[in-house]
Amino acid sequence: MKVVVDMNKCQDHGQCVFAAPDVFQMDDNGRLAFVPDPDDTLREEVEEAADVCPLQAIRIED
Amino acid sequence: MTGRIVIAGASMGGLRAAEQLRAAGWAGAITVVGDEPHMPYNRPPLSKEVLAGKAPFESLAFAPKAAAADVEWRLGTKVVAARLDERTVELDDGTALAYDGLVVATGMRPRRLRCEGPLAGRHTVRTLADAQGLREELTRPGARVVVVGGGFIGCEVAATAVGLGVTEVTVVDPLPLPMVGPLGELLARALLKRHEERGVHFALGTGVAGFEGEDRVTGVVLGDGTVLPADVVVESVGSIANTEWLDGNGLDLTDGVLTDELLRVGGLPEVVAVGDVARFPNARYDGVPRRVEHWSIPTDTAKHAAKALVAHLVGGKAELAPFAPLPTFWSDQHEFRLQSFGSPVLGKDDVRVLDGDPDDDVLVGYHHDGRLVGVVALGGQAAAMGAARYRAQLLKQPALTA
Repeated sequence: MKVVVDMNKCQDHGQCVFAAPDVFQMDDNGRLAFVPDPDDTLREEVEEAADVCPLQAIRIED
Repeated sequence: MTGRIVIAGASMGGLRAAEQLRAAGWAGAITVVGDEPHMPYNRPPLSKEVLAGKAPFESLAFAPKAAAADVEWRLGTKVVAARLDERTVELDDGTALAYDGLVVATGMRPRRLRCEGPLAGRHTVRTLADAQGLREELTRPGARVVVVGGGFIGCEVAATAVGLGVTEVTVVDPLPLPMVGPLGELLARALLKRHEERGVHFALGTGVAGFEGEDRVTGVVLGDGTVLPADVVVESVGSIANTEWLDGNGLDLTDGVLTDELLRVGGLPEVVAVGDVARFPNARYDGVPRRVEHWSIPTDTAKHAAKALVAHLVGGKAELAPFAPLPTFWSDQHEFRLQSFGSPVLGKDDVRVLDGDPDDDVLVGYHHDGRLVGVVALGGQAAAMGAARYRAQLLKQPALTA
C-alpha cells in the first residue's frame, strides 16, 4: 500500500494521527510526518485516516 | 442478498453512506439522489479558501472509494416524497423508486431572515454556487459588507472578507458576543477582541429589523433603528433541516429526523439517517437526541448506520454498541484556529483556563459536575495540539448519565 499526502493541502489538523498512529505522526514542530509505504495490515486504519482528514489530503494508492 | 438501497442526499453524508454500505457488505444496488449538479464536495473551504479564490472545485471534490465505483448517482434531482409503509420514494421528475433500504441524508439548508426589503445583494453560504456568487460581490472594489450572525460561518466569512482587503465588514448578532453559544463567554470575548484588532466591526446585542434599497440592498436596518450601509449582506443565521419530503409518515421531524441509538428512523430497521439531519442520542453524554453540524458527523453516522442497515437487510447479526461519537470541531479565522474536542456546550457553566492566556494561545476546559467534558484551543498550532492531548482523557470518560 502506498500513502500519498498532498502537503500543499495539509493544514496539520492531526486527525489522521488519531486514526492511524502507526502511519501518521506530528513532529516536534507540529508538522505532519508519515510512513509512505505502510504494511497492508494497516489498510483499515489508513482508510479511516483518509476519511477523517478535513482537507481530504490523504490518498491511498494500491 | 440483492435489492436496492436509496440514499436521499448527495453530499458528504450520502457519499460516506454509499461507501460504508459497501464496507459493511452490501452487494446490491445503491442509488444516490441529490439536487446539486456536482458530485459530493468538501464544504468547510466555502467560507474560507473558496471565497478567497484559492480553491477550484477539483480541490474540493471527494474522491469516492473504489468499492463505491458502481453506485448510481442521480444528480440535479431530489426526493420530494416518501411512502415508508410501501418502501417507495418519489423524485421531483415524477419517478418513483422502490427500495429495500433507505438512507436519509438530505442535510440542512440556510435559514433566511424574514424581513422587508430587496433580495438582491443578500447571500447565504451553504453550496459551491453560493460561495462563488458571494465571492464575485465581495471582490468588487469598495464593497461594504454586513454579516448577519456571529456564529462559525459568520465569523469565518468576516475574517475572509478582511483578508481579501474589504475595509468595511460588520458582524451583527442579537447576542452580546460572537460564537458565545458553542464557546461560552471567556473564549467568545477573546475571539471578539481578535476580530476587532484585525479590522472587523461588530454590532452586538441587536437584531435586524429590515433592509433598505430598491432593486438591491443598500443598507441593513438594526433593531434599534441604526442603519448600516451595505452593498453585500451575508445571512448566517442558522439552518433548517431538509425533511419536508418525509412528511406524512408519522415521524418525529422536529429539528431533523429523530433516530434511535443505531441511527434507525421511526422504529423501521430499513430506514436510517446520517449527517447533520439526524437527531440522535449520544451514549457518551446524556442520551438526549441532538443534531450535530460538525464536519466529522457524516462519516461517523454513516459508519454506524450502514452497519445497522446492512445487518438488518442481509439477516446477519450486528453486535453494535450504541452510537457514541466524540464530537470535534475546528474553525479557521484570520491566522488563528479554534480546535475543540468533546462537548464544551455541556460544560459552559464551569469554564477554566487549562493552559496559556486568552490574549495569546489559550487552552480552555469545560466541566460538568466537576468533570471535564470538552476542551477548546484558540491560537496557533501549539494550542491545537494542546487540545488534542486531552482527547484520550475525554474518550475514556464514562457516560454523563452513568
